[in-house]
Amino acid sequence: MTTTATATVSERPKPKFDDEETSGRKLCLICSKGSLDMAYPGLILANAALGEGIETHLFFTFWGFEIINKKTMDQLQFSPVGNPATHMPTAVSGLPGMQAMATRMMRQQIAALDVPPVPEFLDLITAAGGHLWACRMSADMNKLTQDDLYEGVEAIISASDFMELSAGAQTLFI
Amino acid sequence: MTIATIAGQSVHVNEEGFLTEYDEWNEAIAAELAKDIGIDELTPEHLAVLRFLREDFEANGETPTLRRVSSVGGFDTKRLFVLFPKKPAKKMSYVAGVPKPVGCV
Repeated sequence: MTTTATATVSERPKPKFDDEETSGRKLCLICSKGSLDMAYPGLILANAALGEGIETHLFFTFWGFEIINKKTMDQLQFSPVGNPATHMPTAVSGLPGMQAMATRMMRQQIAALDVPPVPEFLDLITAAGGHLWACRMSADMNKLTQDDLYEGVEAIISASDFMELSAGAQTLFI
Repeated sequence: MTIATIAGQSVHVNEEGFLTEYDEWNEAIAAELAKDIGIDELTPEHLAVLRFLREDFEANGETPTLRRVSSVGGFDTKRLFVLFPKKPAKKMSYVAGVPKPVGCV
């Protein structure tokens, strides 16, 4: 049974948008994967955190470089191989053309939700005040310099730099 | 359901203080709601954003997300963070008299 009681109040409720819980809160996301499906969790969480007024840093390392490499950022792929969650028989998932098809489908699903492609998502995150950092060792391994990376990347930094940066932050490895 | 008095008018609000009746909103109420969250004056720029939120809500039945306010409404994300600091999506919807957006992006 539902009761719909209406009460007239003199002191009306007001939302606490800037409550102390979020002030001083800091989130660091380590993005280490280069596939389309694994790029999005970090981007979506970063965007959500920024929308909540949380200081947000993304650190791209190893395969995560694909997300900020100008040459690859718009061409991330999704592979159904070795992913039981696609419920596709293993023998089928490895057939030629399957990765391209799965990638195309996933891109369409993402776009249908009005979620932007990777480069535009990075624009959104930097416009919202998010900080992007690239891993020094990954840059050296791939012989990449800052010029090869998305322009919103603030710097290529070492693992120890990241330790300083993430002091006191909630850190997620993706 | 609670009835509160805002800008001299009796309006329905939820437990957080958000208006629950779309038609009870007006600019005088918006100015009061803005003050609640530290925005002392609603500029024409604020009002343009609020109008988009309301029109889009009326057309689609749900509050546009921050991304939609920029991609469909044409407002610059950086400006939205200046106009409605820190938590623009929630603050905009509060002042515009529509529910909080439910979308993730």
